[in-house]
Amino acid sequence: MPVITYRDALTQGLREELQRDETVFLMGEEVAQYNGAYKVSKGLLDEFGPMRIVDTPITELGFAGIGVGAAMVGLRPIVEFMTWNFALLALDEVVNAAAKMLYMSGGQYKMPMVFRGPNGAALQLGAQHSQAWESWLAHIPGLKVCTPGTPADAKGLLKSAIRDDNPVVFLEGEMLYNVKGEVPDGEHIIPMGVAELKREGDHCSVITHGKMVLVAMRVGDDLAKEGINIDVVDLRTVRPMDVEAIARSVQKTNRAVVLEEGWEICGMGSQVVDFIQRECFDDLDAPVLRVHQEDVPMPYAKNLERAAKPDAGKTVAAIKKVMYLD
Amino acid sequence: MRTEAKRPAAPKGKDNVPAGDNRASGNGAGGSPPPAEMQGTTVEQRRELLKSMLTQRRFEERCAEAYALGKIGGFCHLYIGQEAISTGVMSMLRPDDYVITAYRDHGQALARGIAPRAVMAELFGRVDGCSGGKGGSMHLFDAKTNFLGGHGIVGSHVPIAAGVAFGIKYKRGNQVCVCFFGEAAVNIGAFHEALNMASLWNLPVIFIIENNRYGMGTAISRSTANEDVIVRAKGYRMDGETVDGQDVFAVRECMSRAIEKARKEKRPTLIEMRTYRFMGHSMSDAVSGTYRTKDELEENMKRDPILLLHNKMFEAGELTEGEMHKMDDEAKAVAQDAWDFADASPEPPLENLYKDVLADTTS
Repeated sequence: MPVITYRDALTQGLREELQRDETVFLMGEEVAQYNGAYKVSKGLLDEFGPMRIVDTPITELGFAGIGVGAAMVGLRPIVEFMTWNFALLALDEVVNAAAKMLYMSGGQYKMPMVFRGPNGAALQLGAQHSQAWESWLAHIPGLKVCTPGTPADAKGLLKSAIRDDNPVVFLEGEMLYNVKGEVPDGEHIIPMGVAELKREGDHCSVITHGKMVLVAMRVGDDLAKEGINIDVVDLRTVRPMDVEAIARSVQKTNRAVVLEEGWEICGMGSQVVDFIQRECFDDLDAPVLRVHQEDVPMPYAKNLERAAKPDAGKTVAAIKKVMYLD
Repeated sequence: MRTEAKRPAAPKGKDNVPAGDNRASGNGAGGSPPPAEMQGTTVEQRRELLKSMLTQRRFEERCAEAYALGKIGGFCHLYIGQEAISTGVMSMLRPDDYVITAYRDHGQALARGIAPRAVMAELFGRVDGCSGGKGGSMHLFDAKTNFLGGHGIVGSHVPIAAGVAFGIKYKRGNQVCVCFFGEAAVNIGAFHEALNMASLWNLPVIFIIENNRYGMGTAISRSTANEDVIVRAKGYRMDGETVDGQDVFAVRECMSRAIEKARKEKRPTLIEMRTYRFMGHSMSDAVSGTYRTKDELEENMKRDPILLLHNKMFEAGELTEGEMHKMDDEAKAVAQDAWDFADASPEPPLENLYKDVLADTTS
């Protein structure tokens, strides 16, 4: 199987879907002539032309709304945000228009569209450019939220998202674009709402998604050397959430740590823990712990930023705590 | 799901009436040709315009009554006083054109041709409503007439209208998208973002500012640095025009230019239609007293759009008082029929609660 980057996997997914369906188009800042701020749309303008690969002004609310309108008349827009931090300006169109249109029209207007872009912190970008938004977006009925953590999932989920008749929020890991992995050529579809057990072990479940999948896998390798074997449950889509996969893992290991990139309060982990305490109460041998960003805006200084982020060390500590090994 | 009702027969489609029809239209009691401004319409079309406006008026008077009785809940914004705009604009559109609007949407929905029964049932929160009872007053939708809603966040649907026009152009269609909003929306970012892209990308969209002078209770002089809102068209290299929104012929006339420009040249237009709302901002708002005087209201009610059209037709000798009474009785009957239908329509079944949150389809 070809080994390609997460970025190239996304480009492949976009290209294949643009070829497959003429109603699919991509719009956003710098997506066309510049080939994408993160080069995800590299080469697409040449192949598909300016009507389908559309450079927009810096006007997030406006072009998100253009996407909604185009979807109302039968197109399948892919709206790229240069980062999800900028998408905050467009949330009215995502939340008040796209997510509710089908419902408030009594089923008359579908919203077959994707809002995508990098999410989460990179390195030393400071407070306004280093945020993970999935819990905000997963809160909204009417949206689906994808958080691929590997190149193969990025391609497979993007293709699913583009074909879905619902508005899909697609959160790419800003630090994942250069990560490589095996990705099937051609038709490769990952369905929404299906988690993947990415590593098997019976001592503790680590439930995670997005960029933190890589951290969990590294933790798994490290702990294996100490004889601790963990399950890594990659949710892949946080809405819909594959709660059965969570239950299967926790019922096996009887311990769980929930790892996420975002903040603690009302984070994705709160939702996962709520499910575990209701459905797996009798299976638990220890309280479920969470690993997340510290409850502060992201600082710039290298040492402070490192201290603020969730990482392998914090995850290992949490796993050992739920195993009563600390 | 929706039941067809006797419609107020919104006039549709003909933006150019052959000259022969014009001559034939001067057949009133006086026998003289109608005033210049009425030319371009037949007497039959003028009757349809009047009928449409009357139907909206009588329908909404019943809405106010139903609201007081608790049959309509939530927010309810009446259009009374502004009917020449909805009527004039819709009378110029083709059935395959698109219409999108804000939350003061009853009059536009009726003028576009959504059955009064389906609109009233929606207001009553019933299953036969045009949005299945899930939208309410502010979210009237109807795919059959390309009525894209009823949107409740000020200015938020203006970019959506540009997107609809983008879709028309993408599919090489020659429809237009008409977008209505109040003058208070011109201060919100979404308006500016949409106008910029509509002009930059040559999109077939017509933005209509219904300037009724008050954003809720705030007069335009208190909200807008330059009250001459049409100058904003210039900032986006867009044609702009201000018209008397109480005069249905003026509305039609300027629409014909804007539609031509959108269909043939794919150019957007911004139109300010000056009007006045005779009711409060919503049903929870006093008609006058807090932010406008009774004198001001009464002065403006002298330019009731229905009265203006009635007078013109009466003076041209093409409408008798008897005919007017008959037409009015018919409008009242349509409103009563809509009420009766809505009252008898069932509430949406509880299983609809989770229906249409998500579509269960893929491409």
